[in-house]
Amino acid sequence: MMFDWFAHLGRTVINFFANIGKEVMLFFQTLTGFVPVMLRPRLLIRQLYSVGVRSMLIIMVSGLFVGMVLALQGYNTLIDFGAEESLGVVVSLSLVRELGPVVTALLYAGRAGSALTAEIGLMKATEQLSGMEMMAVNPVERILAPRLFAGIISMPLLAAMFSAIGIWGGHLVGVDLLGVDAGSYWSQMQAKVDFHDDIVNGVIKSFVFGIVTTWIAIYEGYHSVPTSEGVGSATTRTVVYSSFAVLGLDFILTAIMY
Amino acid sequence: MSTTRVIEIAVGIFVAIGIAALLVLAFNVSNVNTLGSSNTYTVTANFDNISGLKERSSVAIAGVNIGRVAKITVDPETFEAVVEMKLDNRFNEIPVDSSAGIYTAGLLGEKYVGIEPGGAPDFLEEHSEIRLTQSSVVLEKLIGQFLFSKSQEDE
Repeated sequence: MMFDWFAHLGRTVINFFANIGKEVMLFFQTLTGFVPVMLRPRLLIRQLYSVGVRSMLIIMVSGLFVGMVLALQGYNTLIDFGAEESLGVVVSLSLVRELGPVVTALLYAGRAGSALTAEIGLMKATEQLSGMEMMAVNPVERILAPRLFAGIISMPLLAAMFSAIGIWGGHLVGVDLLGVDAGSYWSQMQAKVDFHDDIVNGVIKSFVFGIVTTWIAIYEGYHSVPTSEGVGSATTRTVVYSSFAVLGLDFILTAIMY
Repeated sequence: MSTTRVIEIAVGIFVAIGIAALLVLAFNVSNVNTLGSSNTYTVTANFDNISGLKERSSVAIAGVNIGRVAKITVDPETFEAVVEMKLDNRFNEIPVDSSAGIYTAGLLGEKYVGIEPGGAPDFLEEHSEIRLTQSSVVLEKLIGQFLFSKSQEDE
């Protein structure tokens, strides 16, 4: 009876490593679909619409509110030091370095990632994927690769939109509402925000987060249990694992970059 | 318009807005400037103490930024700090007897190199050296001087 427990433990560990192997193999298989995707841009554009364009509204609204809250909180703290003219620096550095890539990735994983997993999981459950294989159409090239590349392209763009609208929201609250000098807001920001250290690093982060969240989403969908319950649990797993991965990678990337 | 057409237009607008946001971030928010390596010339200066000065600190004449600190190293023989600065080519009439000092800008204590122009007829060129230098103010030495002079007064 005790050996059952050991066997179960062993099985779990072996399954864990097997899953990692499956994930990596799926990722490289999907990457080899790059050329077929470029030959059929219609698929990519369709996916860019569903993954990118439809996430735009939530990203923009969240960006606006995050920027406004940053300005409010930043002002409350800076005014104690008499440094409220540096509000632009606080808002822009927080957004461009950290909040832009990370919050966008979390929202994206919740909205687009779960949609991708549900879609692919449903295709698997209704046997569309096996049907495609029967017709000698490679489902990895046709279904997974366009979604992966759409995600990789959209994430940096969405993160940039988030940061830009957030900075504008910070301007609305800081300058128009709280009375920070508009000239100081922009001039101090332009002096302190470095293009290579801050903006390029932020874009690299959002690019990495895009790859990881979309990869987890298509993997969970492709390997989901083909029942309705299985699709549901695969969708939850996507959001949870993507969030873990984004926050963990954010720490690692920040430690490397700064 | 067919659905495909609408989708294509929407995606095109999305990508355009995304790239526009990236450009706004790059040009209006960050300090990306056109000071490329092609239109600058390098000048060095030796200091006794550069504490607080960092690479990419500003180099200014009369408070106006004219260049950046490129590299800070230590001369192994004279034990002085060697500061290499890249100055904008437009400011190529700085006299050779100008002096360079390290000053503090702003409340947070950022250091920058300030150049006081001299009066010589020759100008600084690529790889020339500024001979008159003034080191950065180290707070502990200042306090030590103050306490020493106070105790001398009391005697």
